Amino acid sequence: MHGWMGTVLRVNLTAGTVKKESLKKDAAENYIGGRGLGEKYFMDEVDPKVDALSPANKLIFATGPLTGTMGISTGRYDVVTKGPLNDTLAASNSGGYFGAQLKYAGYDMVILEGKAAKPVYLWINNDKVEIRDASHLWGKTVYETDDAVKAATDPEAEVACIGPAGEKLVKFACIMNDKHRAAGRTGVGAVMGTKNLKAIAVRGTRGIRVADKDGYLGIIRAARKKISENPVTSAGLPTYGTNILVNIINQTGAFPTRNWREAYTEEADRISGETLTGAHLLHGKGCGSCVVGCGRVAKAKGKYNEVGEGPEYETAWAFGADCGIFDMDAVLKANFLCNELGLDTITMGSTVACAMELYEIGAVDQKKVGYDLHFGNADAMVALTRATAYREGFGNDLAEGSYRLATKYGHPELSMTVKKQEMPAYDPRGVQGIGLEYATSNRGGCHVRGYTISPEVLGLPMKLDPAVTEGKPEILKVFQDLTASISASGTCLFASFAIGADEIAAELKAATGVDYTPEKVMQIGERIWNLERMFIIKNGYSEKDDTLPPRLLNDPIPAGPAKGKVSRLPEMLPKYYEVRGWDKHGVPKKEKLTELGLGNLAS
Amino acid sequence: MMEKTENLLLITPERCIGCGTCELACSIGHEGEFRPAVSRITVHRFEGGVNIPMACLQCDKPACAAACTTGALEKDTQTGLVNVNPAKCIGCRMCVMACPFGNVLYSMEEKQPLKCDHCGGAPMCAEFCPTNAIEYLPADTATVQRKKAFSAKIAAGIAEVEI
Repeated sequence: MHGWMGTVLRVNLTAGTVKKESLKKDAAENYIGGRGLGEKYFMDEVDPKVDALSPANKLIFATGPLTGTMGISTGRYDVVTKGPLNDTLAASNSGGYFGAQLKYAGYDMVILEGKAAKPVYLWINNDKVEIRDASHLWGKTVYETDDAVKAATDPEAEVACIGPAGEKLVKFACIMNDKHRAAGRTGVGAVMGTKNLKAIAVRGTRGIRVADKDGYLGIIRAARKKISENPVTSAGLPTYGTNILVNIINQTGAFPTRNWREAYTEEADRISGETLTGAHLLHGKGCGSCVVGCGRVAKAKGKYNEVGEGPEYETAWAFGADCGIFDMDAVLKANFLCNELGLDTITMGSTVACAMELYEIGAVDQKKVGYDLHFGNADAMVALTRATAYREGFGNDLAEGSYRLATKYGHPELSMTVKKQEMPAYDPRGVQGIGLEYATSNRGGCHVRGYTISPEVLGLPMKLDPAVTEGKPEILKVFQDLTASISASGTCLFASFAIGADEIAAELKAATGVDYTPEKVMQIGERIWNLERMFIIKNGYSEKDDTLPPRLLNDPIPAGPAKGKVSRLPEMLPKYYEVRGWDKHGVPKKEKLTELGLGNLAS
Repeated sequence: MMEKTENLLLITPERCIGCGTCELACSIGHEGEFRPAVSRITVHRFEGGVNIPMACLQCDKPACAAACTTGALEKDTQTGLVNVNPAKCIGCRMCVMACPFGNVLYSMEEKQPLKCDHCGGAPMCAEFCPTNAIEYLPADTATVQRKKAFSAKIAAGIAEVEI
């Protein structure tokens, strides 16, 4: 095969067996790879109602046909499993170098089944695959584990692992690879933890062949020109990282502050990309094959005095403005702790913010929490981040995420979640389309399923008014479908600021030899979207869950450029269902599923 | 007499983001596949964010050629390149051991050393490097001085480690 390696590695941790299987060619063509192909395999093999933390759940590491090639930012892979945070189908995407190394070892996917009797790690050295004892690694941090596993295997290996948070089954634990890159959302690290799988190390020395080498290089040359001419991919992201968004989103009036009580703050610049680059940045960094380099190697100064990677915009927002903290050193420290201990930064920061509001209204007190938890207490935020990873004290409550936390203390309305997952850093009251995205994202509150911020705020590929609702359902569908295919291919979502379905289809065709067209790529994205929708419907989610926290629907933004606005989600949702070919209750119609080759999933 | 033209691969590590594109470009160019394991250029990533691409420096007094007992490695004074003649190579790997920078790789499959040959005048690593951390430039005084200064730092570091 070209692009694809043609082999899937299946590891049963209960039985301690390793099998190599041929990649299913039809499935690969129809779902591409990564998020799409991983989810197709998952749906074929696992009952959607499976308990996410039971051995019957499977954990799939899935690359795309472009992963590890020199395509446009094609260093990505997905972790596919049922996520314990909210029982959705997780496809948590990560960069770094791990995914490419899996390809060089000869595999498109690794499927992990069952549960090991004691802690183990997997060592994939080209053809040779071993399940090894990891008792001595249990309890170790991500950094310690990465170093120890490389020392015991090969210094050139790449490692994906969990930290203490994954071992303690924190509901939003991530899987970290290359120390600092996260498959972050929905709690995939807890699934790895419950399987007693501490790490996967992989070393590969093979090559990836493409069907049309000269054609592929020609497409890359042309697409790179677009990347270099685009202000976001050629200047904004390389210079400031994703954190360039702090000032931009704040100036739009959609920068959620103090658990979304406010959406604008005069203090934003203290945690901005400009401040990061000016006072903390050591180096920009790229994942494998990256043409952008938005990664940040930065220093937390003062009492923290530590170098690590981050923050992304959403992280700076979650630990910063959402907690009323405008201290870049504290934000960096909390980010580094999440990397080191294996926590999702968005849910962690948002859950602390929720706890702060619970504290301010008196639903929890200092005796319970152990800290004066008013908004703005950076020391408490950092301490609770660590305590959450180890489930110590009040951290044990935070480890369940803000939905269960707020419900436990009697105020579910203060959890800023959709389908139990925390929304990231864009207030739908100020940017209408992103509210529809949050409400309909198949894994709950999430910005990387259909990033309408691109047209609504950044003006790419065209400028849309963030305040209007008309046309948003139509554009969101396009964004959601294209994003699914981009992830499936192994491409970084950020490439799509400058390139689209034309380039992705051309790259896929030249790499695989399969006759991909832009139309086919969009249809595959739609297929993936509907498959995910059927998964969550089978888990009991319905139209009533396609909503936003009441604060965003009812309470107008109190101040700033978007003052007085609320989310007008109800104006958009029926149209969205119609555009999707779903019935008025948000269930995909049989005709739509059949058209997409998903007739077997019809309820 | 033909005018001497010599170009250099000028590496500026502070620009390198560690993406490894150079390794992919090198391997697709030479081997026809994306395969960093046989790339003639390798990028080394360090904690703290520093990344250093390493490739043959085309030394004027190449240790690899001096160590080669069959004359398979030779400095071409016209192009400035240190070339491999596979027909003369006996696969002893002395060149691999002699290079003070580790810039000669040995292919077990092809049974010969793999080293940078500037892709015959259009190095793909330089073409595809997204940040211009690798440039292919005429060896004017400035670039030579810069390169010498940088390689001297590496050489000094290696010497220190050896002592």
